[in-house]
Amino acid sequence: MNTAQNTGDALLSLKNISLSFGGVKALTDISFDILKGEIRAIIGPNGAGKSSMLNVINGFYHPQQGEVWFNGSLRGPLKPHEIARQGIARTFQNIALFKGMSTLDNLMTGRITKMNTNIFWQAIWKGKAEKEELEHREKVEHIIDFLEIQAIRKTPVGRLPYGLQKRVELGRALAAESKLLLLDEPMAGMNVEEKEDMCRFVLDVHEEFGTTIALIEHDMGVVMDIADRVVVLDYGKKIGDGYPDDVRADQNVIDAYLGVSHD
Amino acid sequence: MSPMILNTIEVILNGLMAGVMYALVALGFVLIFKASGIFNYAQGVMALFAALTLVGFQTGQVPFSHLINVVFGTNYHHWSSGINSFLAILLTMLVMVGLAWLVERVVLRHLVNQEQIILFMATIGLAFFMEGLGDLMWGANIKVLDVGLPSGGSFWWEDVTREWASEGSEYYGMYIDVLDVWAAGIAIVLVIALTIFSQYTKTGRALRAVADDHQAALTVGISLRTIWVVVWSIAGFVALVAGIMWGSKSGIQFSLSLIALKALPVLILGGFTSIPGAIIGGLIIGVGEKLFEFGIGPLIGGATENWFAYVLALIFLMFRPQGLFGDKIIERV
Amino acid sequence: MFYRESGDFKSSYAADQQTFPIKFDRIAIYAFVAFLFLVVPFFINDYWEKSIILPVLVWSLAALGLNILTGYCGQVSLGTGGFMAVGAYASYKLTTSFPEMNMFLVIIMSGGITALVGIVFGLPSLRIKGFYLAVATLAAQFFLVWLFNKVPWFYNYSASGMITVPERTVFGVAVTGSNAPPWATYLFCLIFVVVFALIARNLTRGRLGRSWMAIRDMDIAAEIIGVAPLSAKLSAFAISSFYIGLSGALFFSIYLGAAEPTEAFGIDKSFLVLFMIIIGGLGSIFGSFIGAAFMFLLPVLFKNIMVGGFGWPTDMVQHLIFMLVGGLIMFFLIVEPHGLAQLWRVTKEKLRLWPFPH
Repeated sequence: MNTAQNTGDALLSLKNISLSFGGVKALTDISFDILKGEIRAIIGPNGAGKSSMLNVINGFYHPQQGEVWFNGSLRGPLKPHEIARQGIARTFQNIALFKGMSTLDNLMTGRITKMNTNIFWQAIWKGKAEKEELEHREKVEHIIDFLEIQAIRKTPVGRLPYGLQKRVELGRALAAESKLLLLDEPMAGMNVEEKEDMCRFVLDVHEEFGTTIALIEHDMGVVMDIADRVVVLDYGKKIGDGYPDDVRADQNVIDAYLGVSHD
Repeated sequence: MSPMILNTIEVILNGLMAGVMYALVALGFVLIFKASGIFNYAQGVMALFAALTLVGFQTGQVPFSHLINVVFGTNYHHWSSGINSFLAILLTMLVMVGLAWLVERVVLRHLVNQEQIILFMATIGLAFFMEGLGDLMWGANIKVLDVGLPSGGSFWWEDVTREWASEGSEYYGMYIDVLDVWAAGIAIVLVIALTIFSQYTKTGRALRAVADDHQAALTVGISLRTIWVVVWSIAGFVALVAGIMWGSKSGIQFSLSLIALKALPVLILGGFTSIPGAIIGGLIIGVGEKLFEFGIGPLIGGATENWFAYVLALIFLMFRPQGLFGDKIIERV
Repeated sequence: MFYRESGDFKSSYAADQQTFPIKFDRIAIYAFVAFLFLVVPFFINDYWEKSIILPVLVWSLAALGLNILTGYCGQVSLGTGGFMAVGAYASYKLTTSFPEMNMFLVIIMSGGITALVGIVFGLPSLRIKGFYLAVATLAAQFFLVWLFNKVPWFYNYSASGMITVPERTVFGVAVTGSNAPPWATYLFCLIFVVVFALIARNLTRGRLGRSWMAIRDMDIAAEIIGVAPLSAKLSAFAISSFYIGLSGALFFSIYLGAAEPTEAFGIDKSFLVLFMIIIGGLGSIFGSFIGAAFMFLLPVLFKNIMVGGFGWPTDMVQHLIFMLVGGLIMFFLIVEPHGLAQLWRVTKEKLRLWPFPH
């Protein structure tokens, strides 16, 4: 189901990215782009470098070679929080919520790049700080309604079950109202029902806010259903790129997933 | 050689000797940290406690006599006029093993899977508890510990070094405490013994397995709890050795546990998991602080030994957070 | 039975996120503060002021400060004693160099100076974490105390090396020195404590507090979603040190009157404050207060009972207190890592359901 919102402009372009740790090559000469308004899936076997790819996109890792173009300009060596400010939000493979904080606070933290009252006003609270807080609370409550997590608003997230934590994490990323949303295995470890819910949320987000999404996912059924285009990594190299149906038919991709017989 | 150079050499030698002492305490930290990921703040107090207990046995004190006398109005002090040093050391070791067992049983067992910083704070609590316990058991007065190690300046060395001074200069030879030399020797033996233990015995291999990976060690049937008791016992032994050395040198008193705090910067330099690191770190700190006090101390008011080690560690951390021997930390999400 | 929140509905987000969302709490706390300001000053005497109320107030501020750094931002510091010394010496230098300066301003500026020092010693936190940082803060503790011992300028070249506060007045009433009436010193400290507790609450409930807690709970994720670690950590160090500096300044100029750095601001003070927040509750403003009161009053109570009541020797009771404190720390870390504040919350939950617990 290709929602044809593609405008043809690339929101993010990666050009010849290579990344290594010590002597270990994590990514080798990878190039692809993510168009405005599309859902782009990154797939590949375990250890293919998918998460490293996301880490490069949001600036947690700095590639030794290659260029990252975001929103039409070449990106310098920024820190992750600066990149978040430019409009890239993400979720994590192993849930990385702030366990001691409530659902509400986690989501409010997601909006931190949009808040800017200074320490002085924060100390006084009445006035600017409270006003800002309430404005953002409105937005966050909207997301809470959207994800149907009203009941756990004030529960410390450490106490929530896995599936709900994943949902809260999505909420935190949504709260940032980013241009690009990176989802690292949003459906890992979920049962069919939860996966369906999650798919629905992802698609709704995409349709309602027009957010560009890049996601890593192992469930091929999900990927083929919701992704507009797919890029396939294996051993840190790009081995396939294109529409889901083309990728599915690609011999290299099939080899990577099923193994090649060398006789 | 000019007296200035000779004096500097003397300072360096004394620094090395002090460094051995720091290294001894640091060694106990490393052992426990490797096996359980616990940063045992109480290691210094364990040395204090061990030394107190040793003197208590040596002189035949009745434990808790102070408390007993106050509560029951009795007047016990000593149950014998004292026992053989060797026997006293054995008994003290037994107490340290018992303590290790208690610590595992009462504290560690309940803190499995907690964050490291929580464990660290728990050992601060343990340190306070043991300090109070040691004083309550044996009294808080400063005690003299003598297990028969030779001490005092070495005349031979003084004569030898006097010869080195250039003709006509006023130089009276270097002062080296024989006790320090003994301490260095014992430390070397201890490290060799520990290395042999961990390389060639079954328990030693289990220890290394646990240090490498808790979960994996569990799956091959190593009992974490037993290992912890063993490790804390060994650390107790190391603490006893350190306590004997420190105690013979400067008497047993509360400041012992403060001096032992210096093992922390030692570990930062050497890394928390490396035994050679602990030793080299100890030597660097020992020599560094003595040289700094000798060279720069007089210009800025002296007593720089109070903070030099910590500030050195802090500056070092800014540039090499992983320690001298650690690998570069790669962070993951 | 009367402790109820049912029927106390909120119709706006502002009402939902107020400090005391339950009406009963709100009334109780207002009544308590009114009692502190309007009733206590008329009954306070020298004994209560010097041995109980002032120290509890001063330590509460220190605990608040450390709790901001450790409880909210997750950075453990063992340098509290050293930072209190900075506050104390700053207030000493300010009162003696500028005799006309208002005492309120003196104390606040002392906090500000301590904040600057705190930032300097907080810089390593950008690269190191956990107990590595704890060890690094020991450098602050030992270096600062050494500095105040060795540099005569700090103690105005006095022969004894001690610092003694001169008499200063606020609205014509002495608040420092031996002539200060108990009610004046009490009110002076109380104003600071109440105002800055409120400010601490405000800072921790909003953007800043959330960025601290995010760093505490998962620093890498925090940075990736847009929390700037530099400003979050350094602001925590600055504000925490500010509070600790205030507390050090009050401790010296209002409570002690005279001080000597090794004795008054040794590493034992760093541990005392750390214990206060562990027992009171990490990451809780209320916990800072009960922790401070508990840790300060427990030994006093113990001493009164055992030395005063049973006639036991002081040094032995001191050892028992050491064991008790160490034991309590381990007990709380094992059984209730969130401290007394959490126990209080649980009690309130129970109370709310009483007498029908199901």
